[in-house]
Amino acid sequence: MSSYSITEPSTPQKWFAGTLVVAYAIITLLPLVWIITTGFKSPVDAIAYPPKVLFEPSLEGYVNLFTTRTRVSPETLEALPPPESWYEEIVRNRDMVIAGPSRYGERFLNSVIIGFGSTFLSVFLGTLAAYAFSRFKVPLKDDLLFFILSTRMMPPIAVAIPIFLMFRTLGLSDTHLGMILLYTAVNISLAVWLLKGFIDEIPREYEEAALIDGYTRFQAFYKVVLPQAATGIASTAIFCLIFSWNEYAFAVLLTSGTAQTAPPFIPTIIGVGGQDWPAVAAGATLFLVPVMVFTILLRKHLLRGITFGAVRK
Amino acid sequence: MSDTPFDRAAKATPPTVASKIRGLSDRAIAWIFVLPTIFLLLAVNIFPLIWTINLSFTNFRANRPNREVEYIGFRNYERILTDSDIWLTMQATAHFLFWTIFFQVLIGFTLAWLINRKFRGNDLWTTLIVLPMMLSPAVVGNFWTFLYQPQIGLFNYGISFLTGVDPSSFQMIGDVTLAPWSIVIVDTWMWTPFVMLICLAGLRSIPDYIYEAAEIDRASQWRQFWTITIPMVLPFLMLAVLFRGIENFKMFDLVVQLTGGGPGSITELTSINLKREAFEKWRTGYASAYAIILFVTVFGLASIYVKALNKVKER
Amino acid sequence: MKTAKLLAATALVAASGLTVTHAQADELTLCWAAWDPANALVELSKEFEAQSGHTMKFEFVPWPNFADRMLNELNSGGKLCDLLIGDSQWIGGGAENGHYVKLNDFFDKEGISMDDFAPATVYAYSTWPKGTPNYYALPAMGDANGWFYRKDWFEKPEIQEAFKAEHGRDLAPPKTQMELLEIAQFFQEREIDGQKRYGAAIFTERGSEGITMGATSSMYPFGFKYEMTPGKYDMEGAVNSPEAVAGLEFYKELYQTATPPGYTDSYMEQSLDAFKSGQVAMAMNWFAFFPGLYADPDTGGDKIGFFVNPGQAKEASTLGGQGISVVAYSDKQDAALEYIKWFAQPSVQKKWWDLGGYSCHVSVLNDPGFADSAPFASDFLLAMDGVMDFWQEPAYAELLLAMQKRLHDYVVADQGTAKEALDKLIEDWTETFEDEGKL
Repeated sequence: MSSYSITEPSTPQKWFAGTLVVAYAIITLLPLVWIITTGFKSPVDAIAYPPKVLFEPSLEGYVNLFTTRTRVSPETLEALPPPESWYEEIVRNRDMVIAGPSRYGERFLNSVIIGFGSTFLSVFLGTLAAYAFSRFKVPLKDDLLFFILSTRMMPPIAVAIPIFLMFRTLGLSDTHLGMILLYTAVNISLAVWLLKGFIDEIPREYEEAALIDGYTRFQAFYKVVLPQAATGIASTAIFCLIFSWNEYAFAVLLTSGTAQTAPPFIPTIIGVGGQDWPAVAAGATLFLVPVMVFTILLRKHLLRGITFGAVRK
Repeated sequence: MSDTPFDRAAKATPPTVASKIRGLSDRAIAWIFVLPTIFLLLAVNIFPLIWTINLSFTNFRANRPNREVEYIGFRNYERILTDSDIWLTMQATAHFLFWTIFFQVLIGFTLAWLINRKFRGNDLWTTLIVLPMMLSPAVVGNFWTFLYQPQIGLFNYGISFLTGVDPSSFQMIGDVTLAPWSIVIVDTWMWTPFVMLICLAGLRSIPDYIYEAAEIDRASQWRQFWTITIPMVLPFLMLAVLFRGIENFKMFDLVVQLTGGGPGSITELTSINLKREAFEKWRTGYASAYAIILFVTVFGLASIYVKALNKVKER
Repeated sequence: MKTAKLLAATALVAASGLTVTHAQADELTLCWAAWDPANALVELSKEFEAQSGHTMKFEFVPWPNFADRMLNELNSGGKLCDLLIGDSQWIGGGAENGHYVKLNDFFDKEGISMDDFAPATVYAYSTWPKGTPNYYALPAMGDANGWFYRKDWFEKPEIQEAFKAEHGRDLAPPKTQMELLEIAQFFQEREIDGQKRYGAAIFTERGSEGITMGATSSMYPFGFKYEMTPGKYDMEGAVNSPEAVAGLEFYKELYQTATPPGYTDSYMEQSLDAFKSGQVAMAMNWFAFFPGLYADPDTGGDKIGFFVNPGQAKEASTLGGQGISVVAYSDKQDAALEYIKWFAQPSVQKKWWDLGGYSCHVSVLNDPGFADSAPFASDFLLAMDGVMDFWQEPAYAELLLAMQKRLHDYVVADQGTAKEALDKLIEDWTETFEDEGKL
């Protein structure tokens, strides 16, 4: 009778559960595997029917991702000197020549600049605010905390209307600074809530001991609390970074070129005549893989991050 | 204490930051620490919100700087609430909300329950399952249009492999009846892990001794499930639903990349509709009223829901 | 207020016109759509770079995002683009909202005459208010919606026989919309060279302007008009006339009975794909793509033929094409004007056509050799004779979005009748024009 125990599952139960979960995991990961493999397919293999699982790997997608190319007539092609590099050869095989670099590199760099800039700012400001909320009596504390959270309830498109007008007036449209400030403001609610949770968990006794030892409050904060909160700060930072990295709605509405990030750009990658899926997949892979790595690094604090610290494990 | 942090900061300009702040009281520090955040939120959240409210009573158009702006009272609100097309987008949103939450709760809870069987390697698989949810919805959504292609897409091929239906005989994105489901499927694929993680936390929060006591009472497993597991996990589950509800009410990036609101306006969720009004038609005043209506709706529904959640928690 | 601003802008141009020099080397950014002619323009512009010392940067946006992103850029007062090759319908907004620099004084000073450009293109791409001598762009790229077909399939004896048996006439490029439908239906699901083929690739895209551009190609020939009296915004009886309804119903039939499966959201790229991959016998697309299609190693050359959009009650083609404008927010207007001056030269225009751009310059178009210079050149002249364009009003985006929605709801999502769709369209447009104070 005790074979059905919930606290101590039997071996067949474990096997059954394990098989189902693994099956789900495989199905759910297929699209991701497909993105990564499509990046290494030739354009013909990418649109083959039935879909190809085995294929000859090709770097054409990556070459197309980073270059712009033009089609030339066979005669012109003949007249050209032999290709100087492997990627030129790939392009020439398609009766095309490289016209220049594509915009992908710039857009990726924009994502990095805006992502790290806003993450730094929101974690910096967030840590200060979270410490204050955690340790001091701030008037209207609960209201303020709720206010900070409620800013997340607005649909981004709704927020974008006045922001668009504001940026236009201040000349912040399509600038890195504008996007960094905006993402900081969006992320700061997450940062404050998460960090408050982390700092709450650090026993007050540590600081009090430090204060008795003659530290000032500020010294106690940065010599005692900050090191203790380092893991929390790091994981908060990664969450902020992932948000800025993935954000699409503001980016598509408020940037057009100079400060455009990768998410609005990747779907607009097209080839010469037709959607170039290997290039899109290559662009997506380079963009998504860092997040996958961070997710795995972050797995312990994942739950906390996605629930604004409402659920802690 | 009489002087403000600003006075002190201004007065004290010694070499190091530490010495500048040394003498500050706790309260001063609290304000110095909180104010930048509040200021930023005021500038980028509250001020724009007030501006939006103001705009919502005008006929302002952001693309017509030379036109005179008139206050037109509640006309924008009237027009929105009586517009049958907007009610259709509300229906599309409701369909999307209901079914994504339904499937995510169902699959997410089942998965969490299975993972809680503690089979070997469950941590590894949990981490892998979580991956889709952390990725950029726009980038992933864009790629799903490729997976949904009738001839060459992996999704149609998979369905055909399992059911024997010709893969080119149905189009997930282009078909009027299937399109609403195509967005539900991708959202479920992406966000089921979210519900799963929260449910897992809920399941793990149940102390073993409760089950052990029930086993001593010879309660059936079925009974244990309904009287212990479900009530204990319910607050967690409700929290997950709250988060998914708010997020999917705001849904924009994934669906815009997948279907763009089509075919026709079948999958035109409110955010997509709002984007068209605000940034394609440039009816800024009208769109502001629309935004306020949406905000009030989410805020109202969320507040009611949070009250219910707190009641469940208290039990 | 408005006139004051206009005057100020004009004065600015006049003043800056005096200082056009080569003293300063600027980096100019030219914004356009990402398509074949854009690559040709890059090639062409190398000459300008060599002559002027300025360097050219290009921002090419794919068509589905082009209007959205560029109008957003203009409305936010962005400085990304110094030169913009914007769609014909943007001219009203560009002029009235002060996005574009008025070019009259510059043209006068540099001796650029609009008489040197084909009248239809000047009217469509440069003037606002329409037809008045107020120029906000130089015609850069003439374009219209046309058709191309698989000549090699049309010439197969077994196909010709089968067609004759079915329809009692020879298989040839269609002369009317009804013939077009017949031929498309004839090819639908027909097996050729062991593969299932389909009738025609048409525009059904929802997000930007696709289905409007496609459906009007059928509706104009059937007799669709925007107004009963030009300039009066009296749409009742024009937009929803029995002819317009018939045209729209026709387009739906074409969509339902003669297009490849999954063709629910297709525009330029998808049409090219469908044709190049051998899915379809015929396809509609902009003339801009024809040089590239003709040069295609697999489906170009003697495998491809071209024809102008077939008439029905009358001959008409949907207008495409763009003029080149100087963006008012640019800090480098002098250099940008220099570019336009260079681009307007007949020798450059000639080279532009040779590289695959559709020059609007009369010296190119009226050249006796023009019609024979490419297999689609004479069709292009024919098409440009009967072009009709969408509203070019400042509120064009709003008007277009309404039409996109009503057409897609009816044609693709299969809701309501054609009459209802057009009636609702009039309601939408009436509301817009009322907001504009024009009704």
